[in-house]
Amino acid sequence: MTDPILSVRNLNVTYLSSRATLNAVRNVSFDIGREKVAIVGESGSGKSTVGRAVVRLLTPSAKITADRMDFEGKNLLSLSERKMQDVRGRRISMILQDPKYSLNPVVTVGEQVTEAYRVHNKVPHKEAKERALAQLASVQIRDPAHVYDLYPHEVSGGMGQRIMIAMMLIPEPSLIIADEPTSALDVTVKLQVLAILDDLVRDRGIGLMFISHDLNLVQSFCDRVLIMYAGQVVEELRGDELGDAKHDYTKGLLASLPRIGDRRGRLSVLDRKDSWSMPVEKRP
Amino acid sequence: MSMIDVRKLSLDLGEGVRRRQILNDISLSVEAGDSFGLVGESGSGKSTVLRCIAGLYRHWTGEISIDGQTFASADRMGWCRKVQMVFQDPYGSLHPKHKIDTILSEPLRIHGFKDIDRRVSQILTQVGLGPRFRYRFPHQLSGGQRQRVAIARALILEPKILLLDEPTSALDVSIQAEILNLFSDLREQLDLTYLLVSHDLAVIDHMCSNLAVMRSGSVVESLSREQMVHGGATERYTNTLLRASEKYDRELVDELAAAS
Amino acid sequence: MTVDTRQNLTLRQWMTTEEVTNGRQAFVQKVYWGAVGFLQNPLALIGLAVIVVLLLVAAFAPLIATHDPLAQDLGAALQPPSAAHYFGTDELGRDIFSRIVFGSRITLYIVMLVSVIVGPIGMAVGMTAGYFGGWTDKVLMRVTDIFLSFPSLVLALAFAAALGPGLENAVIAIALTAWPPIARLARAETMTIRSSDFIAAATLQGAGSIRILRHYIFPLCLPSVIVRITLNMAGIILTAAGLGFLGLGAQPPAPEWGAMTSAGRRFMLDSWWVVTMPGSAILIVSLAFNLFGDGLRDFLDPRHGR
Ligand SMILES: Nc1ncnc2c1ncn2[C@@H]1O[C@H](COP(=O)(O)OP(=O)(O)OP(=O)(O)O)[C@@H](O)[C@H]1O
Ligand SMILES: Nc1ncnc2c1ncn2[C@@H]1O[C@H](COP(=O)(O)OP(=O)(O)OP(=O)(O)O)[C@@H](O)[C@H]1O
Ligand SMILES: [Mg+2]
Ligand SMILES: [Mg+2]
Repeated sequence: MTDPILSVRNLNVTYLSSRATLNAVRNVSFDIGREKVAIVGESGSGKSTVGRAVVRLLTPSAKITADRMDFEGKNLLSLSERKMQDVRGRRISMILQDPKYSLNPVVTVGEQVTEAYRVHNKVPHKEAKERALAQLASVQIRDPAHVYDLYPHEVSGGMGQRIMIAMMLIPEPSLIIADEPTSALDVTVKLQVLAILDDLVRDRGIGLMFISHDLNLVQSFCDRVLIMYAGQVVEELRGDELGDAKHDYTKGLLASLPRIGDRRGRLSVLDRKDSWSMPVEKRP
Repeated sequence: MSMIDVRKLSLDLGEGVRRRQILNDISLSVEAGDSFGLVGESGSGKSTVLRCIAGLYRHWTGEISIDGQTFASADRMGWCRKVQMVFQDPYGSLHPKHKIDTILSEPLRIHGFKDIDRRVSQILTQVGLGPRFRYRFPHQLSGGQRQRVAIARALILEPKILLLDEPTSALDVSIQAEILNLFSDLREQLDLTYLLVSHDLAVIDHMCSNLAVMRSGSVVESLSREQMVHGGATERYTNTLLRASEKYDRELVDELAAAS
Repeated sequence: MTVDTRQNLTLRQWMTTEEVTNGRQAFVQKVYWGAVGFLQNPLALIGLAVIVVLLLVAAFAPLIATHDPLAQDLGAALQPPSAAHYFGTDELGRDIFSRIVFGSRITLYIVMLVSVIVGPIGMAVGMTAGYFGGWTDKVLMRVTDIFLSFPSLVLALAFAAALGPGLENAVIAIALTAWPPIARLARAETMTIRSSDFIAAATLQGAGSIRILRHYIFPLCLPSVIVRITLNMAGIILTAAGLGFLGLGAQPPAPEWGAMTSAGRRFMLDSWWVVTMPGSAILIVSLAFNLFGDGLRDFLDPRHGR
């Protein structure tokens, strides 16, 4: 592996509220180099929390601690909020889980991409619009000129997600955190969007943190996979070795997948064990 | 006679200059007790087809009939008792300020049922939730539990047809397996007919015996599950979908890019 | 958890357990958590405290006031604050403290009346426009725009002038200018709610427009409208004071705060208290409504806070 862009050791995130404290992420450690690293796990296992903790975009009630959280040699935990904003704006891009809620409902999607472009490049509106149209085309949106004038509620889920991706690629970041970027996309578009991310990793040498629960996809797309359960990384594997998983949880997930041409009367469901949520070892 | 019969369905949406044709001569038919899959690229109009059948859009042209009754000849209330829908996003399809109890008893009240209490607790058990969820608010439930509530709501009027719009795409695989199993059980117990939209051909393969492939508002191919699995698809787009479902395939992407 | 242990739940456990057994408990829990959240916001609490004090003062005005608010004593005109007259006296020798105490009734009366008129009208217009869209929306929104395009004080002035000065007319005038923003807000909320899946599901179950508006859209619009009205209270109080100041609101000798400020301004240079005391009352109460409204938003409005 190349030297890591992001290096995280024993990350813990606790949500404090009047009701309870929740250890949403417990002692998570990983490195991301110029490669594609997946975080998989069931809903509520803390995947998004890890992604958001890295860019410090959690609600104020969340407490983040880590032995180390270094990005390009900077300790993200000790950066001032101003510096952090700069990192978020230029060095790390985050593609969020629900595009519909991240887009401004009363501005056309095209205008929003144009605006995003103008924030980073001081160019006249006309030129920015052209770049925005090109950016939309580059995420496989057919007829970008038509889509440009649509409002967020008028685009289908898949299109919304591609628009978000188009916006996120504008500042040319060195790390992309993609939180289930393809869950609303159909399979062919999904592959095309993945190819865009793939090219970025290969040609520009960026790192990709790919949060997903699509095991099938992760297996063939990502270099490494972290499997999370109840806030902890229970297993770490190479993407192509996911089939040889040791942990019962990973095996259970793989078994519950329907597969083309392999019809079963019922799908197997997870039989959760308490031992899965026992604390795992800390990493030095 | 088929349970769902759609002929030459066309629909325009949008206002003024942005009005455009969304559906173009869609035809499909589903036998009683069958599950029919609808796949296709995003934005191709799959959800729109379901919304037309459900009666959420009224200005389409063509013919839609259910159980022998056309849309025009059936009254609105009668249509509700036959067709119900489960939506993709379990977070957006339940009213955030209604308790599960309210969500499930509203439809019964609208249709003048008497034994509301019994029906609500029965349906909760049927979808595997049990009575202790009855007085919770949606935000107190997980995604999978919410989707169960949405299924219960769709079933409470005892419809014959369920329109399922990507009912598991927002759920993770272990919950997806539970919900798909639930659908299979319910179909047997209640003699339901399903029209299922999904991006995931593996899900379609698991659930459906026939499917139609859609692209930009038209059906490009209709085929049976066996044909799909055993290489019987003739349309190139269908085969592309199949290949794309297998794994991340860089060559395929390059082919697609070259083709367009 | 078995049935036996349930009966030994303390009240607190009953209010916080996830095992809800009936509708009443669910409601109590909702209120409990709302209250817990609210109590953690000190500014909102200050706002609430001031409003509670205002309510108490209005309710027990005769007990709190030290003098008759209308009793003149020209011999004791323009006295500075002292033990006999906490806030001093005005140009006619009336006790300012007592006048402010009784004035709280007028302020509350205006605030209540305006919200009772504005809330329903604004919501009805906004929700109808937002839900039905098309022509209904266009017509209703043009009407709203017309009202919105007048500066509120000027419109209130025109109405007060046309209807004649007086407290009731001032209230009507203020209400006329205060509903359009509420309608706008309700319309915007309704438009986002209208396209949600749960509305589609309700339609599919045969719910009619009225039912959807009442049971589905209304409860979701209500919090933000309440918050907005609370925040607008400050504006309402100021407009009422403004009308009073211009002599178009409550008529003398009623102890309306705005009118008091207005009457006192001639003596401002020599007798600061005549203006400062009612002025501060206006300021503190409007500020309190603002703080309270902000706190209310945090726990009523689902998009903020939790
Ligand atoms: N703002 C918050 N306040 C309190 N708890 C939270 C908050 N956000 C998330 N949580 C809790 O933290 C845990 C992890 O949540 P997270 O969103 O990281 O899960 P996830 O793995 O991304 O799930 P999904 O696949 O559904 O997106 C969950 O139990 C969740 O309920
Ligand atoms: N209210 C509307 N006004 C204008 N166009 C609309 C409206 N609703 C949907 N559309 C358009 O109709 C087309 C079909 O949308 P639909 O939601 O049916 O697609 P879909 O096949 O379900 O896609 P996905 O798989 O992404 O959910 C899209 O191009 C969308 O932009
Ligand atoms: Mg997440
Ligand atoms: Mg859809």
